[in-house]
Amino acid sequence: MIVELGHFALILALVVAAVQTIVPALGAYRRDDRLMAIGEPAAICQFMLLFAAFLALTYAYVNSDFSVANVAQNSHSAKPVIYKISGVWGNHEGSMLLWVLILALFGAAVAMYGQNLPTTLRANVLSVQASIALAFCLFILITSNPFDRLDPAPVEGRGLNPILQDPALAFHPPLLYTGYVGFSIAFSFAIAALIEGRTDAAWARWVRPWTLAAWMCLTIGIAMGSWWAYYELGWGGWWFWDPVENASFMPWLAGTALLHSALVMEKREALKVWTILLAILTFSLSLLGTFLVRSGVLTSVHAFAVDPERGVFILGLMVVFIGGGLALFALRAGELRQGGLFAPISREGGLVLNNILLTTSCATVLVGTLYPLALESITGEKISVGPPFFNLTFGPLMLPLLLALPFGPFLAWKRGDLRGAAQRLFFAGAVAVVAILMSYAMASRGPWLAPFGIALGVFVMMGALSEIAHRVKLGTAARDEVLRRFGNLPRSVVGTTLAHFGVGLMVVGIVATSAYQSETILVMKPGDKVMVAGYELTFKGVAPARGPNYREQVGSFDVTRDGVPIETLYPSKRIYDQPPQPTSEAGIHASWRGDLYTVLGDAQQTGGFTVRIYFNPLVRFIWIGCVIMFIAGGVSLTDRRLRVGAPVRGRRGEAPQPAE
Amino acid sequence: MTRKQRRGLMIGSGVAVLSVAAILVMFALRDTVVFFHTPSDISEKKIPAGQRIRLGGLVADGSVKRGGGAEVEFAVTDTLKTIAVAYKGILPDLFREGQGVVAEGKLTPQGVFVADSVLAKHDENYMPPEVAKSLKERGVKLGDGKSHPVSAPGSTAGDAAIPAPRKN
Repeated sequence: MIVELGHFALILALVVAAVQTIVPALGAYRRDDRLMAIGEPAAICQFMLLFAAFLALTYAYVNSDFSVANVAQNSHSAKPVIYKISGVWGNHEGSMLLWVLILALFGAAVAMYGQNLPTTLRANVLSVQASIALAFCLFILITSNPFDRLDPAPVEGRGLNPILQDPALAFHPPLLYTGYVGFSIAFSFAIAALIEGRTDAAWARWVRPWTLAAWMCLTIGIAMGSWWAYYELGWGGWWFWDPVENASFMPWLAGTALLHSALVMEKREALKVWTILLAILTFSLSLLGTFLVRSGVLTSVHAFAVDPERGVFILGLMVVFIGGGLALFALRAGELRQGGLFAPISREGGLVLNNILLTTSCATVLVGTLYPLALESITGEKISVGPPFFNLTFGPLMLPLLLALPFGPFLAWKRGDLRGAAQRLFFAGAVAVVAILMSYAMASRGPWLAPFGIALGVFVMMGALSEIAHRVKLGTAARDEVLRRFGNLPRSVVGTTLAHFGVGLMVVGIVATSAYQSETILVMKPGDKVMVAGYELTFKGVAPARGPNYREQVGSFDVTRDGVPIETLYPSKRIYDQPPQPTSEAGIHASWRGDLYTVLGDAQQTGGFTVRIYFNPLVRFIWIGCVIMFIAGGVSLTDRRLRVGAPVRGRRGEAPQPAE
Repeated sequence: MTRKQRRGLMIGSGVAVLSVAAILVMFALRDTVVFFHTPSDISEKKIPAGQRIRLGGLVADGSVKRGGGAEVEFAVTDTLKTIAVAYKGILPDLFREGQGVVAEGKLTPQGVFVADSVLAKHDENYMPPEVAKSLKERGVKLGDGKSHPVSAPGSTAGDAAIPAPRKN
């Protein structure tokens, strides 16, 4: 019964989305306030209906209702409750429902918090947003209905893939989707602006917080996926340039560029056309990601089931939205008025450089991701494009970006002083040189370029801090004055500094762990000892154990450092009951120096076990950097300007020119 | 600086960065791309020793030999031709005889494939699509007897291609 109600709610949401697509846009066209007013209640209603549908599916999962085909295929009654819930989006149908639910959530948020937007803009935004929801509701109902029943109902479900039964992965998809789908707001605003044929600073001020919120969720979502892959897959790496990873990374790169160009548009009313284009492209990449992951053209953890009908449907949706968006852009972009002038060396100039490098690097990732698909469909030859490709293309583009990054915030708007900026970065540069020397002193091996990479990260970190130090006049003003200035710093400035600091920290982690990772593979018998990166590991043996829905063989390693006991690590090999599938669980000792990472392999005929031990120096910096970027976004969102000033100014700015 | 000059500069620098990226991409695609072959391809096309390739097929029944250390030897077959593979390290969890695998590495002049990474699929019913497709093209029947059928639509939740740890 509840499942049928959920199904019905989904159909109703489709109908509401259809109404919301047509009526408010028609109202905006005819300047009819009553028609436009349909938008807000429709958006909220659509969200409630989809939420009801989602709850109904969750209910079916929690109660293990195997008469629902989707539950029977992806759940099992013996699973812990948290994985029954996360199982809702651990499969194709459920995850698409989550996708469209988050889309509706963003639409409802615009309806609720967008009271100060110009009415026609709001109506158009809600219409565009609803048209996306309409398309995806249709997609779910036609090709991937999670509410389909099975008759007769099986006694037991098939279970969730064990490697997906993990706390980090329970939250990875919702966060990633919030990021992906959040860019739909930027897209809807861009299309609405093109329909109306004008944009202004208020537009950018509106788009930025939404983009920032989406970007934050995408950042932490990607970081969580990377962290999960690191400890769950048992091969000691944190990023593999897997096409599915790229599918989420491309919108992130484009979204990062969008955040920066929207800044120029908000402050200086320049780069309007470019920002609008970038908003369209960012969401297009989100759609492309959804297509790549959901259509089954890629093989990976995420390609749940291969069904050509779905692929063709999503491809059709992509053509409509991306093609339509770009066509509208081509038609109307010329009407947008150009904004302020600026010299090449200026804050704007720096942000343009940022945009050029970010979008170009995004393009190289796109080529690397799509080239194998294109080549196979044209020549039939099968190739793989792996990390060497991306290291050779993406890497070199990041170097100038990171090198230029600290200079940006020191340049004034309109016309900047490069020499002045360089002087203020003298301290950061000096620390970076020290970092090079220290890296050479500490690392006895590894590529000779690595210390420069670490120094680049340090330069970015110190450059970010230098900006704050300069603003609060650290070292030149009295202590009270410094503290007063520190208290008065705008939150957005603190956010910028934190985010850039996080980038620097991440770069240090990436370079250190890539260049100085050590790996040992050997066969160990109980009692054997091995030295890895200053740690002494003693293999104690393997014992069987039983978990809630798996059996496992647990190895134990006593770890000591300079004779001091540190921790006992328990890497294991598990066999899940349903589906009966083996997985490896790594035993990890985490510290600031780096992670000691142990994996238990197969038993040997001679009585020992194959064991793989990694030391990954500073690897935690990567995720800590991402968490700092996430927090930085949050700090920036609380900026006074976004809470108070923008909407009021926006309305005042719009009022005199309704007839335009 | 006029608007026109400014725009020219912006577009110029954009084009410059893009062309640098394009050159990098061309180089990278020429040098870093790895081609996929089946054992039959290898004997037909005379792949030179030392060239980095991916080898895909089924692990031949009864071929897996573990040495005293972490070395493993096995054979990959597409039922027509078979190639011996040597690998050092921990095999993926789902590596099994009769199961589809993709190994990446180089051929030695003696015709042994030395793999530095081995991929298997995290699914009981899985076979890498490249393998399934090339087997199908060669008329090998799948899904009968105890061989492993190609993953059917909606079979299990995740089909994960998880490479084994890479040996550096």
